[in-house]
Amino acid sequence: MVRAIRASYRAPMHSPSLWQALHQRRYLRSGWPWRCALYFLTSVPLGAALLACLLVLALAGSLLTVVLVGVPLLLTLVLAGLPVAHVERRRLRLIDPAVPLADAHQDPPRTGPAAWLRTRLQERSTWRELGYALLFGCLLWPLEAAVIGTVLGVSGGLISTPLVMATAGGGEEARVIKLWLVHSYPAAFAVALAGLLLLPLLAYPLGLLAVGRAQLTRLLLDGSSPQDDLRVRELSRSRMRLVTAFEAERRRIERDLHDGAQQRLVSLSMRLGLARLDAREEPLAELLAQAHGEAQAALVELRELIQGIHPRVLTDRGLAAAIEDIADRSPVPVDLDLDLPHRFLEAVESAVYFAVCEALANVAKHSRATRATVEARVDQGQLVVRVRDNGVGGADEADGTGLEGVADRISVLGGHLLVSSPSGGPTVFRLLVPCTPAPDRRLDAPPTR
Amino acid sequence: MLRIVLAEDSVLLREGLVGIMERFGHQVLAGVGTADELMAAVAEHDPDIVVTDVRMPPGFSDEGLRAALRLREKNPRMPILVLSQYVQRAYAEELLDSSDGTHVGYLLKERVGNVEEFVEALQRVAAGATVVDPEVVRQLLRHRRDPLAKLTPREQEVLALMAEGQSNASVAASLHVSEGTVSKHFGSILTKLDLSLSDATNRRVLAVLAYLRG
Repeated sequence: MVRAIRASYRAPMHSPSLWQALHQRRYLRSGWPWRCALYFLTSVPLGAALLACLLVLALAGSLLTVVLVGVPLLLTLVLAGLPVAHVERRRLRLIDPAVPLADAHQDPPRTGPAAWLRTRLQERSTWRELGYALLFGCLLWPLEAAVIGTVLGVSGGLISTPLVMATAGGGEEARVIKLWLVHSYPAAFAVALAGLLLLPLLAYPLGLLAVGRAQLTRLLLDGSSPQDDLRVRELSRSRMRLVTAFEAERRRIERDLHDGAQQRLVSLSMRLGLARLDAREEPLAELLAQAHGEAQAALVELRELIQGIHPRVLTDRGLAAAIEDIADRSPVPVDLDLDLPHRFLEAVESAVYFAVCEALANVAKHSRATRATVEARVDQGQLVVRVRDNGVGGADEADGTGLEGVADRISVLGGHLLVSSPSGGPTVFRLLVPCTPAPDRRLDAPPTR
Repeated sequence: MLRIVLAEDSVLLREGLVGIMERFGHQVLAGVGTADELMAAVAEHDPDIVVTDVRMPPGFSDEGLRAALRLREKNPRMPILVLSQYVQRAYAEELLDSSDGTHVGYLLKERVGNVEEFVEALQRVAAGATVVDPEVVRQLLRHRRDPLAKLTPREQEVLALMAEGQSNASVAASLHVSEGTVSKHFGSILTKLDLSLSDATNRRVLAVLAYLRG
């Protein structure tokens, strides 16, 4: 239900990529060859361990399926790509640090393992990552082992020739990488020298292979293509623009109603009130009293309508005062624990305000709760709001489009709405919205209109 | 006769208010449309009471209320009646917190339609009373504290009217009961809320409000 779009911004490139480095003379003196070697070296134990895990899970899982214990094991096998991909994305920074890979997984719409599992199983990323895990475990790491083994074996073999001659060869002969024999120390040292000279030469194919390996990893584990990124960013921007325009429009309507209809109705009611002072005789008095009553009722309705369009207190006094105001109006008693030290952007305050309104309306309509709490605080640059009741739960079945609208508005701001409402209760709404203080908006001072 | 300074940016409403006040024999010394003009007019005329709208130019936010609070800072006994378009507990509380909470009123604008009650509230504030709109009191009443749940609906009504600064007689009239019934209700309210009885109506109202606001 709730989908949070996280725009993944491409990091600016400060240093040349491995591919660019390969074309430069500095390559050999740079850290790149060492990074490549380290990458391939770490691939081997990781890949081997992965293969072992995959085999155990597959074997045990299929054997035990008959007694049902195997089912969760097979499920674990399917999800094995998740941790592997996580590690691999980090490890990729060794040889491809410029643009970290984005995790393309979505946040589940609500808390709880079932929702998480459902979301993961429906995602393409999960299956791509499983594919990567299988490829890595069964094919890639043995190849990488061969590559790094050859490089280290050949150069190491050549360089260690004098040592071999001194120890195993008894100072008389040494077998160079099992291919040919040398019989004197000068020859042995010449071979060692050749080995040392070979090392930088081998660094180039090593780098090339690493580039290929990085491309392959990127292809399989990067959830977002550049075009997608652009589109997502453009979409987020246009959604933000829409919401901002929508907000401005609501404020304009509120202002127009306040300056226009509301003033005129008050004026009308005053005049009727004055007229009643002069017209004490029936039937005029009765008619005027009725008209006056109608005007007063219209004023009450208009006041409530305006309050629902855009509450003045939110603009004037900020989120905490506005939440106190909703709590006052709620038919279910609400306890507040608000720690909001500063004002936020208008869009943030507004979205959170209407989210809390909707959550409390849900509490009142469906939860059969006798008490609710609203907590709000700022934690590590995030506005965290929690609305909790002691009701019977089942919020998602009961509500209509209200919560979805809230989720949309929150996700425009890059935030999330998480609803946990098991049947039997309690229902917990959690809002997480990235926020920065709005320094020009003081808690007690209003902005201009 | 009260000498009044009135601040209201809508000409339509300003004229209407002036009409009402003059109709009841009060004198409007100045009718202004901004908070700055209000400050100047009060300095010039030294009125018996100030009546001001909350939302005024230039910001159209709560300039009127801020001006009222500044006036109260200068002169803590300056009677001020604030008219608001909205039920806003925060505004009412700021007003009540200014100096000792007497000589102030916070009413919804739509109350001015009930001309006689409005003028009565005006006079009460000028005389030093505290007047709070019943809607705001209702908000305060709703679930401020559990002891209030012990009050019967009728007692809550009585409490709300009392908080407006109404006397037992006028509460009785509003609820169509005898004065004796009202004082019985109020006695039981005070007992239930564990408040001590005092003869000054205003003190009573303030005590109740202070209690409600926790």
